[in-house]
Amino acid sequence: MAKRSTAGGPPASHAIEHLADIVNADQPLVHRGRFIDLQWLWQIGEVPYFISIQRGMILELVRGPVLMRSHVFAIRGAQESWERFWVPMPRPGFHDLFAMTKSGRASIDGNLQPLMANLRYFKEVLAAPRKLAEDGHHG
Amino acid sequence: MVELEPIVGRYMTLQIGGRSCRIYFEEAGSGIPLLCLHTAGADGRQFRHLMLDPAITARYRVIAFDLPWHGKSLPWEGYEVEDYALTTDFYTAAIMGVANALELDRPVVMGCSMGGRIVLHLAHAHADDLRAVIGLEAADHQQPWYDTEWLNRPDVHGGEVCAAMISGLVAPQSPDRYRWETLWGYLSSGPGVFRGDLHFYRADSDFRDRVHLIDTTRCPVFLLTGEYDFSCTPADTLRTAKDIPGVEAEIMEDLGHFPMSENPEKFREYILPVLDRVARLK
Repeated sequence: MAKRSTAGGPPASHAIEHLADIVNADQPLVHRGRFIDLQWLWQIGEVPYFISIQRGMILELVRGPVLMRSHVFAIRGAQESWERFWVPMPRPGFHDLFAMTKSGRASIDGNLQPLMANLRYFKEVLAAPRKLAEDGHHG
Repeated sequence: MVELEPIVGRYMTLQIGGRSCRIYFEEAGSGIPLLCLHTAGADGRQFRHLMLDPAITARYRVIAFDLPWHGKSLPWEGYEVEDYALTTDFYTAAIMGVANALELDRPVVMGCSMGGRIVLHLAHAHADDLRAVIGLEAADHQQPWYDTEWLNRPDVHGGEVCAAMISGLVAPQSPDRYRWETLWGYLSSGPGVFRGDLHFYRADSDFRDRVHLIDTTRCPVFLLTGEYDFSCTPADTLRTAKDIPGVEAEIMEDLGHFPMSENPEKFREYILPVLDRVARLK
């Protein structure tokens, strides 16, 4: 059985634990991100995660806080919002990054140029934990 | 021999807003003219499924044209030194210009997104010229949700970013085949075109002060909005509907901002009853 949070999607700790495996195994996704080489921050509730991308692969994922660690841009939201976002068939308002930013459930800050230049890539990384909710996948 | 689709495409040159515009349009079916307006940054291909549906084409002449700068309609001469920006006046002139050129007798005008916005204007300004209007993902106004500067700048691929911005407006239930066909319109649009359309959508079409003037006894208004549309939200549509006495509004389950192209089968459940109603209008 796939692990589920009360919000429906995989628990955040489980999602983050498997994020690199899911992304790095997705060949078209890695190829799409082949020009990306940066560190960004994904804030899930109170916990910041520093994610290093090199040529489309997640090279390192560090649970924060880490003193004086820099990042190019950050995407932030409440833990429950992300756990709703990761449901394979999310409800309206939890189905897209910008649905969440418009409603105030998520926010984006920092230098947005690399995010916008690779928007499909990063949206697919954010959504990658949806695959965990399918039975038998990293269950 | 391969079976040809019944859709036929033609070109015509019209004077619109003082410009000479070569317009591409396609059509199928016969009967009541149903003039279809594509979303911002896209083109008339979004309506191909309606044109291939015998339940519709048996009694409707379905016509979709590409606005100048979109699809197979060229930008006008001198475009290379202009920033394209659509206005309410130009958009209205283009729609009525096409209707007049094709000698459409009191057409039904159906538009999606910015097309849904302009039909609210047409229902008031051209009430007696139209049989009815159908607004898909339509509202008199809506809150912006991103900075359109990102859509056209040299350090971000325009087609890629336009498609990635709006990809979440397609409902998660929509089949991948049609999701990606819908996104192709954005991936392949010309530089600055989507952004230029949004000038109309954001800066030149706040109709909150005038939708109450629509007389639905002269021009009936039907509004359909997908529950996954967070750009023109169901709340935006229902708020608009409150100000238009006699309007019929419905929220569509499992659909997003592009109902006719993202999930044609699901959209039929909602549009066929509306077209039945419209066909019975005098």
